[in-house]
Amino acid sequence: MAEVLDVAVRLVAIVAVFLVLPLVAGQMEHKAMAHMQSRLGPMYAGGFHGWAQLIADGVKFAQKEDVIPAAADRRVFGLAPAVALVPYLVVMVVIPIGPGLVGVDLDAGLFFVLAVMGVGVLGSIMAGWSSGNKYSLMGGMRSAAQLMSYELPLVLAASSVAMAAGTLSLPGIVEAWQWWWLPWQAIGGVVFFMAGLAELRRPPFDMPIAESEIIMGPMTEYTGIRFALFMLAEYAGIIVLSALTSVLFLGGWHGPLLPGPVWMLIKVFALVFVVIWVRVSYPRLREDQLQKLAWAGLVPLALVQLALTGVVKVLTV
Amino acid sequence: MTEAVPSYLSPTGQEIIFLLLGAVAVGSGLLVVTTRQLVHAALWLVVCFGALAGCYLVLTAEFVAWVQVLIYVGAVVVLLLFGIMLTRAPIGRSADLDSGNKIVAAVVAVATAAVLVTVVIDGFRTAYTPLDPGAGAAKELGSAIFRNWVLPFEALSVLLLAALIGAIVISRTDIRGRD
Repeated sequence: MAEVLDVAVRLVAIVAVFLVLPLVAGQMEHKAMAHMQSRLGPMYAGGFHGWAQLIADGVKFAQKEDVIPAAADRRVFGLAPAVALVPYLVVMVVIPIGPGLVGVDLDAGLFFVLAVMGVGVLGSIMAGWSSGNKYSLMGGMRSAAQLMSYELPLVLAASSVAMAAGTLSLPGIVEAWQWWWLPWQAIGGVVFFMAGLAELRRPPFDMPIAESEIIMGPMTEYTGIRFALFMLAEYAGIIVLSALTSVLFLGGWHGPLLPGPVWMLIKVFALVFVVIWVRVSYPRLREDQLQKLAWAGLVPLALVQLALTGVVKVLTV
Repeated sequence: MTEAVPSYLSPTGQEIIFLLLGAVAVGSGLLVVTTRQLVHAALWLVVCFGALAGCYLVLTAEFVAWVQVLIYVGAVVVLLLFGIMLTRAPIGRSADLDSGNKIVAAVVAVATAAVLVTVVIDGFRTAYTPLDPGAGAAKELGSAIFRNWVLPFEALSVLLLAALIGAIVISRTDIRGRD
């Protein structure tokens, strides 16, 4: 009975985190972007600084008509938002937020996370193809091309940390973490974060959804609740990426004075802020620049990091 | 290694799940080759690879299962879909998906399956091995590869490297053979 209760409590906590943190990140984006652009952002919904804006948006989305284009492939079209969203929920099960505070401690947790996150992009490709719209198809193709080129630096950078820690388990990596890993794994951290942003198709890597030229790409034909699910997937993805970067490169729950989970949350939201900051600061990369950055920039850097990790590891053991 | 064979009439939960996953894998594999819609074939392949990863998981090969998802679903199928979408990806049925070699291909496939099944049944018969959790963990797998199987591992690396260099040479038009 105690075991069942333990599992139930963990699951409820994970679902709660999955439902709350993306909304907080979304509200933070509204507000941070607004202030960076010298405006106020949402101010009315809920009273205090428009805190309920995203809840109001959600209610609005749920009431809207769910339109499926006549030319669309109905089954794939309906399935795509779920394929985009569910992987991020599943990934949250293995991310530790404190000593012992993790859904499941998988032995190959790092590979689990990378594998499942890759599946999420399938949702975008499916949506792009099934919409029966040429702009969506182009968006889907760009998503696929982007995933293929950025998956490699992502995996290489992550394996560098696994090499340093000598384990693939995420709580194990955080436990092995020392402060001097910050400079040691710095290159890998930057590569991982950039490649992760590209996998989430966030600006400046948002060529697949580029609203000013291909009108949101794969999401062009989506309305109502399905569109809201895509949006939720994007913000859940930001949370997952920030949490993973904190766990792998910033030491997760390690930190002075404050309790572990608080440190983890501080690190996650500092990274979420960076994600928003980058969106406001940089123009969109062109498709050829995107590919060049991945293959000529990030992959060699990740390999340098891997070599550095190997050399230091051999010399210190 | 081998122990007394438990009765087949009272399968354990693991065995039932393994059989169900196997059925899903075979069924979606059949759908890949019989569906009339090109992109659906690639998507059924995702289901097939997923079920296969599930089979590995039931057999406690945890690391292999996640690598299967990472490489096959995350890279191979995405590459396939990209290729299909780049050339032609009509929504709805395509009439020209059947090849004239359909019957020959089916015969070859059934023959290959028959050979493999015969070899496995003949090789193991009623051998039974209990599954220990952790035997397929990353640590055990790593030490097995780098202690006992280094030579095949290195040979495979050289093979892959050769294929990689070959691909680069073929795709670059500014490298020409001696005339």
